[in-house]
Amino acid sequence: MIVPVLLGLSLLVFAISHLLPGDPVALAAGPQATKTEIAALAHELGTDQPLAVQYWSYLTGLLSGDWGQSVLTRRPVLADLRIYLPATLELVVAAMALAIAIGIPAGLLSAVFVDRWPDYLSRILSLGAISMPRFFLGLLLQLAFAMQLGWLPLNGRYPIIEDPPPFVTGFLSLDAILAGDAGAVWLALAHLALPAIAMSLSPLATITRMMRSATIEVLQQDYVLTERALGLSRRLIIFKYVAKNAMSSSLTVIGLYVGWLLGGSVLVETVFDWPGIGLYATKAIVTQDFMPVMGVTLAIGVVFVLVNLVIDLLYGVLNPKVRLG
Amino acid sequence: MSGSRWLNLQRGFYRFRRSWLSMVGLVIVAALVLVALLGPALVPHPEHVAGGINTTARFLPPSARAWFGTNELGQDVFSLTIAGSRVSLLAGISVVVLAAAFGTLVGAIAGYYGGWLDEALMRFTDLMLTLPSLILAMAVAAAMGPGLGNTVFAIALSWWPGFARLVRGEVLAKKADTFVIAARALGAGTPRILGRHILPNIASPIIIKMSLDMGFAILTVASLGFVGIGVKPPTPEWGSLLSLARGYLPDYWWTAIFPGAAIFLAVFGFNLLGDGLRDVLDPRARR
Repeated sequence: MIVPVLLGLSLLVFAISHLLPGDPVALAAGPQATKTEIAALAHELGTDQPLAVQYWSYLTGLLSGDWGQSVLTRRPVLADLRIYLPATLELVVAAMALAIAIGIPAGLLSAVFVDRWPDYLSRILSLGAISMPRFFLGLLLQLAFAMQLGWLPLNGRYPIIEDPPPFVTGFLSLDAILAGDAGAVWLALAHLALPAIAMSLSPLATITRMMRSATIEVLQQDYVLTERALGLSRRLIIFKYVAKNAMSSSLTVIGLYVGWLLGGSVLVETVFDWPGIGLYATKAIVTQDFMPVMGVTLAIGVVFVLVNLVIDLLYGVLNPKVRLG
Repeated sequence: MSGSRWLNLQRGFYRFRRSWLSMVGLVIVAALVLVALLGPALVPHPEHVAGGINTTARFLPPSARAWFGTNELGQDVFSLTIAGSRVSLLAGISVVVLAAAFGTLVGAIAGYYGGWLDEALMRFTDLMLTLPSLILAMAVAAAMGPGLGNTVFAIALSWWPGFARLVRGEVLAKKADTFVIAARALGAGTPRILGRHILPNIASPIIIKMSLDMGFAILTVASLGFVGIGVKPPTPEWGSLLSLARGYLPDYWWTAIFPGAAIFLAVFGFNLLGDGLRDVLDPRARR
């Protein structure tokens, strides 16, 4: 499944980037460039070739690890992605971990206390949370915890004056743990906290709502009644049998959100100056530098497909009925 | 309108009224629409909305004279925020209407004709759905240049696939119904069957999706403004107002808080209303 999706995605992204108005090469050559200089640059970059040839060379390049280069910085896109993608992934993973850790129990609680105050509270909070712009929440968090209280750093991934732990995974918090440096772990987590919270709020709210409605549905099933009749304790029924069955619908949302957060990471990254693919893509978009934009889009596509593959496998863990024979 | 339909509507309204969250949403949205319509008459400083500045009154904190304070150009933040409601509302509605119209067209054709046309259109739709929509909208908006119209077009371009999938499914289900077969037996042409018989019968899910999408469309317009691609000053757009105000935190917090709160309130109102409408129009999805 991954191959046709990526093939289609690369074709679509390539087509869109060439359909858009504007002349990226002239923009990259600078305002003073003459016609011959622009033509020379176009020849060097290969943009004077027919589109089909350009696409073919892009596609063969992708397979051999050459994702093109930025017209502006002349850096290879893949090398850039190796730095920026882990930064964004770290943020998304932290945000999703928060959202799952709070959202699943909150939804379960809401369903168990349906139409009583814990349910109302969690429903109002989650509706409010979905409506909260991530960038506004980020600014509010900065205002409160960084500027007023001074508890957490304002922005960035790591203090500029300090040397970050050696690059292994690209996840700074993980690299710090691998390096065995407790101070670095603390620094990395302190920088991660606010942007991760800002990013987690809307998946948290959605997971809570999904979990609530799924649990309400499962609670009405006959087997729950049977278990109750057999005298099983309420706690055992809810945590062992109901929760497991209600979780599969939340899994779908989790998969969708990973892709969505990756694509929308720019909103949080702008606020916190987080050096991830969102900011990278934005810089490229503003200068109409399309190779990085195509690279980011494809990278998000790859991660998205892989995450959903894992989710498909998890369905099987939660529900033996969907296991493949 | 037939009697039973009228009764259904009455029941729906009764259900809607009983959910106080939906009523809160309705009140917020009604207030927003009113403010957007009456905006020019309400604002104390229409000259600031038009781009005028007053350098002698920079960064005044909120007071009785300037309720939301003034910004770095001495403009009245209250006036800008009120004027922003018109921009956001108009942009949000345009995005949703454009996306719904195009998505319905694609979905209806795919669902009704079936075969290779369906296959091709739906594969394309699925592919569009896998594209990160915000990045696509940003790239298109940046290439087309600043301006509200371009922003709306760019967002709508990434928005229609959801509608196309929804409409295709509904058309597919209705196509086999007896009344459609009867209409075809009577010699009705494709446009008539689709336009007169099928589309009116699948209007509710489309309207539900449009109302659910409104809040998110407003949010996306503000997001583009916030990252600096899209509507540019002096157009008073909430996202770009917030983006400018970022540089003046924490001392001049009022320049950021009020436009930000306005985005939240507008999105919240539409989300509550959309949820309420869905409960009324689609009894299957209740809870």
